[in-house]
Amino acid sequence: MSKSNSSNKISRRSFLKGMGSGILSTATLTTGGLISKEAAARILGPEGETISGRTVITLKVNGKARRVAVEPRTTLLSALRDRLDITGPKEGCDRGHCGACTVLMDGKAVLACMTLAVDARGKDITTVEGLSQDDSLSPLQKAFVEKDGLMCGFCTPGLVVAATALLKENPNPSLDDIKEGLAGNLCRCGTYPKVFEAVQTAAKIMRKGG
Amino acid sequence: MTGWKSLQDMVVLSKPLPRLEAPDKVAGRAKYTQDMHPKGMLYGGLLVSPHPAARVLNIDASKVRRLPGVKAVLTDVHPTGTVRYAGEEIAAVAATSPEILEDALELFEVEYEVLPFVADIESAMQENAPRVFANRSNIRDARVRSEGDVDAGFANADAMVESEFRTQVQTHSTLETHGSMVYWDGDELVIYDSTQAVHGVREGIAKFLDMPVNKVRVICKHMGAGFGSKLQPGRYTAIAARLAKEADAPVKLMVTRKQDFLGYGNRPNSISKVKLAATKDGKLTAFYAKTYGTAGIGTNAGIRLPFIYDIPNWKHEHYDVFTNAGPARAFRAPGCPQASFVMEQLMDELAEKLNMDPLEFRLKNDSNPTRQKEWRLGAEKFGWKRRNSIPGADSGRYKRGMGLAASIWWPGGRGTKATMTIYPDGTLDIKCGTQDIGTGTRTYMAMVAAEELGIPMKRIRPMLGDSNFPKSGASGGSTTTPSVGPAIKNTAERAKSRLMELASRLWGVPVAELVWNGGGVQMKNNASKKLDWQELCQLLGTDPLEVHGEWVEGLSSRGVAGCQFAEVTVDTWTGRIQVNKILAVADCGLILNRLTTESQVNGAILQGISYALLEERHMDPSTGTMVNANYGDYKILGAKETPEIEVIFYDEPERGVIGIGEPPTIPTNAAIANAVYNATGVRMRELPMTPDRVLTALASRELAGKED
Repeated sequence: MSKSNSSNKISRRSFLKGMGSGILSTATLTTGGLISKEAAARILGPEGETISGRTVITLKVNGKARRVAVEPRTTLLSALRDRLDITGPKEGCDRGHCGACTVLMDGKAVLACMTLAVDARGKDITTVEGLSQDDSLSPLQKAFVEKDGLMCGFCTPGLVVAATALLKENPNPSLDDIKEGLAGNLCRCGTYPKVFEAVQTAAKIMRKGG
Repeated sequence: MTGWKSLQDMVVLSKPLPRLEAPDKVAGRAKYTQDMHPKGMLYGGLLVSPHPAARVLNIDASKVRRLPGVKAVLTDVHPTGTVRYAGEEIAAVAATSPEILEDALELFEVEYEVLPFVADIESAMQENAPRVFANRSNIRDARVRSEGDVDAGFANADAMVESEFRTQVQTHSTLETHGSMVYWDGDELVIYDSTQAVHGVREGIAKFLDMPVNKVRVICKHMGAGFGSKLQPGRYTAIAARLAKEADAPVKLMVTRKQDFLGYGNRPNSISKVKLAATKDGKLTAFYAKTYGTAGIGTNAGIRLPFIYDIPNWKHEHYDVFTNAGPARAFRAPGCPQASFVMEQLMDELAEKLNMDPLEFRLKNDSNPTRQKEWRLGAEKFGWKRRNSIPGADSGRYKRGMGLAASIWWPGGRGTKATMTIYPDGTLDIKCGTQDIGTGTRTYMAMVAAEELGIPMKRIRPMLGDSNFPKSGASGGSTTTPSVGPAIKNTAERAKSRLMELASRLWGVPVAELVWNGGGVQMKNNASKKLDWQELCQLLGTDPLEVHGEWVEGLSSRGVAGCQFAEVTVDTWTGRIQVNKILAVADCGLILNRLTTESQVNGAILQGISYALLEERHMDPSTGTMVNANYGDYKILGAKETPEIEVIFYDEPERGVIGIGEPPTIPTNAAIANAVYNATGVRMRELPMTPDRVLTALASRELAGKED
């Protein structure tokens, strides 16, 4: 019989925290997920200042400047969900695998769980909540409703945001384009056929200027 | 009690209506358990065992307690101190931020005495294998079922096939992990839970915490899917409640994705040694199966053989095998996808031996009258005749093939109660302690009431997912719709009677002289004497009308048939199987909402494809833990693997409501396996049918061919 003590596994956040104290590697790291060179480098902040401990930053979310207290390791997803109570983006895996946390950053779909909050400073962040105004849903959201592009609905915010980004880039996507564009979003209920219909329907309406 | 209206007379029911909560879900407004965040809430987390078998000798939490921001620590959450799978809960902590929680979990110092373990079924079955439970053999006693005289059945046969099939462990992997957000309101415990059973969780947690049931309330308005793993109360919920008590603050405890993979549900694997025999005119005579399956440290790893065919003589011996892995939980049609993989392939093998078409062979041995029609309908729509008559006939790299398989299930309705409150302004609430796990329950509750009362949907507020509402069962076994649908109809009928009594008193005529018409009441013999819905409700004065109803016999039924056809292309260079199309003939009884029912069937088929081609829990033999406990390495079907799906509803409204969530996931894997054989001439005997297994099978056939 051997004895063992619980291992202190290196998690992404603790690793990043370590990196914040000076170990700025430029390698691509795998601790369950990937950290890009860019994300690692920017822990120093855009002006080269060192960020450590708890810090208050400003994020521009859905058109509003929001002040939020974060740590260097805090993900954008956690900043949104745990600090700002913006819970449209969901946490499915916290490893960039499932796409449930997809948000728009300067118009591009990014994974909020793989983005550090400090790296989102100065960017325009749009969550699923920002796609509709008051009670008025976007044509894509309406199509999701009408075509039943959701079941349990947990992956839906991510899918809606990813599809919004897709249609912005390609207003007339083929079925294969849609599949490619949504390949990063996992739906365990298997709603895909209806999601494809919803995106195709919305594309048609949006091309007509609806 | 009256029956359902005919389909032609229905105005709302059986139409394709979007789900009522869809706008909230697409706009990110729907709040799931994971999204709950009351003021002062703490983040709870679990420390789980990294070892598959160990004794916990000591847990030192002193460093954890000293960490600023830590508000509660529990080191006594494991009931025995003997760990039997990696992922078992060892300690718990609640902290003021997710970051502090993460730091805190790293500060626990646990001393384990590591014990020998068995990571998979093969090693568990070896002689002298380490025992999962000290005083019990890893192989449990056989469960034996039989009918007729098996030996005689085989003796009287003209043809027999014999084979071994294996299926894998599949994990539920719901997108929202298991978890709860709880708070104490005095001595009452309020639980937001991602659950398939608000009443079941209330009863279970009350028992676990030794509390009166009426002091526990469980709420689940939206939940991130459940395929059986969320039917039971979670230890994490009780732990969260204890943390919340200690910290005197609300606590949210969602298990991590990795923990979810390790400890919170899976479908058992299966190893089946089987024989099937028939006469030369194609009548089955006998079947024998010896099967093994592991539910980890749990039981019920059975496989539902002999599946659906008419076999006069059969015997099935099954052995559950304990392994040091997380316990299995009910998973969408427990025991059935495994059985279809085995039996439907055996049927094809035997048909080939008898020189019969697989469809013709099935029609001879399947006495279910509904499926007899469904087989023919599906074959015609799918173009079964286009199929390769010689398996593997396509030349070249890409080979196409077709296969088929049958479905079965036994869902039915059961005790469910509901309350309807009608307000003097003409609006109404329906309360039912069921839950909407993504199946559209909320929406058809309103549809049934709207149809029965003849009033617009927008006046109706369907309310569910609260244990303070009248009792309904767990959302499992495809029982929810045949339970809740009839209960709402019954409640609406009783509401109608009560409103008609009001009119009868007002007019001084017996109720028998009144008739319900389009949302109001009128005199039978004087159509001008009437009250519309609004006027009727005004008669209530200031007192809302409260009506109670319940599930009654006659509006639902049990027993499901169904069948599926698959077309695949196999890339014989890479071993990749592409599913081109699945056609499902779905047994549906009376469909309450055509749109959401279609979604259910699509989802069941896609999970079936995912099971057939991708999903597999891999246990590391050296560490005894799951090596692919994340969404990156545990492969689940995505948008790109989604093929064309055609669903044909075989309407039988006269049967009333039946459940449909499970049956269409059963045949998909077998239809694909049979299609792969038809494409390549190679039989896939192990799931999932990954490229490496396909290439191995293709290569072994070539080798066998060279030896001939």
